[in-house]
Amino acid sequence: MTEKGPQATARHRGAPGLWGDALRRLARNRGAVAGGAVFGLFLLMALAAPLLSPHDLIRLNVAESLEPPSLRHWLGTDQFGRDVLARIIHGARVSMAMGVAAVTISVVLGSALGLLSGYYRGPVDLLVMRVVDVMLAFPGILLALVIIAVLGPNLASATIAVGVSGMPLFVRVVRSSTLTVRALQYVEAAQVAGSGDLRVLVRHVLPNVVTPVIVLVTLGIPAAIVAGAALSFLGLGAKPPTPDWGEMLSKGRAFMGTAWWLSTFPGLAIAVVVLAINRFGDGLRDALDPRMTL
Amino acid sequence: MARYVRKRLALAIPTILLASLVVFLMLFLIPGDPASIYVGEQTATPERLAEIRRVMGLNRPLHVQYADFLWRALRGDLGRSLQTNRPVLDEILGRLPGTIALAATAMAIAVTAGLGLGLASGLRQNTLVDTLAMLVALLGVSVPVFWLALLLILLFAVHLQWLPATSSSGLRGLVLPAVSLALLSAATLARLVRASILDVLRLDYLTTARAKGLAARTVVLRHALPNAILPVITAMGLQFGALLSGAVITETIFARPGLGKLVVDSIQSKDLPTVQGVILVLAGIYVLMNLLVDLSYVLIDPRIRFE
Repeated sequence: MTEKGPQATARHRGAPGLWGDALRRLARNRGAVAGGAVFGLFLLMALAAPLLSPHDLIRLNVAESLEPPSLRHWLGTDQFGRDVLARIIHGARVSMAMGVAAVTISVVLGSALGLLSGYYRGPVDLLVMRVVDVMLAFPGILLALVIIAVLGPNLASATIAVGVSGMPLFVRVVRSSTLTVRALQYVEAAQVAGSGDLRVLVRHVLPNVVTPVIVLVTLGIPAAIVAGAALSFLGLGAKPPTPDWGEMLSKGRAFMGTAWWLSTFPGLAIAVVVLAINRFGDGLRDALDPRMTL
Repeated sequence: MARYVRKRLALAIPTILLASLVVFLMLFLIPGDPASIYVGEQTATPERLAEIRRVMGLNRPLHVQYADFLWRALRGDLGRSLQTNRPVLDEILGRLPGTIALAATAMAIAVTAGLGLGLASGLRQNTLVDTLAMLVALLGVSVPVFWLALLLILLFAVHLQWLPATSSSGLRGLVLPAVSLALLSAATLARLVRASILDVLRLDYLTTARAKGLAARTVVLRHALPNAILPVITAMGLQFGALLSGAVITETIFARPGLGKLVVDSIQSKDLPTVQGVILVLAGIYVLMNLLVDLSYVLIDPRIRFE
């Protein structure tokens, strides 16, 4: 006990533990910092959209329709005379909210199933893993199309479709972490001390599977944003007049001969945000656990 | 080897069965009366609905209906399209060649470009070639297919007017859709080939090959490539799935008649039998492709043959 004392205090003062170390490693990764900054900027833009947006979003102004980029309309106007920049800023809300909501669905469903599967093992595990295997055996879009066909083509069902299709990876990762953790002595100790299954799962197992889940979430959001934009582009997600990046591109397709800006800038927004979050996610993965192979 | 083949087959069959079960259940998961979904119109008389239920066999227990669904699907009876009233199988067969031509061309482009870029950068690690190739690959992974397609149309169809933007007229009409569909797969393959060749180049037997004075060409082609290619073939199987998903988007953008466009149009017009049929066929093709990839290992990897 006396030997451990000074070491323990030193550790408390000097090294802030897993998260402090990870933050320091992350700060050294320039690509990740830049990615995080751009992501933060887009998040801010999405949150402050009503304050930032220079022009009225809904008001139609046919007199100014299909104007090329200018000082008045930085990114031009669409066929109804609506400002493209304003719609991209508001579109950030729809596209990013959809990405985050979809990944939330993946995380909640996936973690719950993964925890149950890894903790109880036996028939529950067998059933869950068979279903996950089959889900992973098919390209995600097939399941997404099934879900959208059942629920109807709109933004909510597209979000659910993307979320459910993204779930299997979370089940796998959480399950394998749970399998490792549940074999540790302190879990056994908690069980012997009389903690119920739910308490053991939430208090003792869950905190230990959080790291890989955080990395999966950061890498899952850009994928969900692209999938959501693709579905909106196909007319299976957000519907006009909701400003969604995918929907804007889809409408811009009709004016490619006359208004190149309509099919260029919303796509650029998607590409930039996806690249930024991916760089940040890669950095976060390396910082949290350099050996992780997600 | 026989055991390996049996094991792969044993995996493929339940997979396709479960997929067919999900497709079958769609009718019952859609909110509303299955019979009225089949009429399409909202205001059918109760007598008419009862008639449909009787004709379609919707009164029977679910497992009987599923068995019937499977049996009919196996014989090629996928029901009739609610839009055109033609057999769904005819609709699908009419569009399948278009999708296969698109996917096969895209796969050929992806493999050629992916192998080329991957080898060029892997064999010249940390040179300008490597940096450039990996930059292209990074762009290919981050740019969404539907945006890339629009940019390609803007450049090659609208401004340069070299290629048609929307048509299925022969090979020229295939170029833009196939290239935009191929890019993501090409980029993924390039990164994989690079990593794979770098792994193999570090192995002892290659040092031996070089030490005994073999030409650099022989070392790469005869010794490094065969081993580096295995993970690439697995990835090609997976990429085929990505190509099928991409085809859904690419066909819509370029207005190409194919399975992808058919399924999107059918979802929008609530043509359930066609949606079910296309998804079942796509799932079947996908499982079959993966099975073929797995079986091709028998030819490529002698370790499996002698197992």
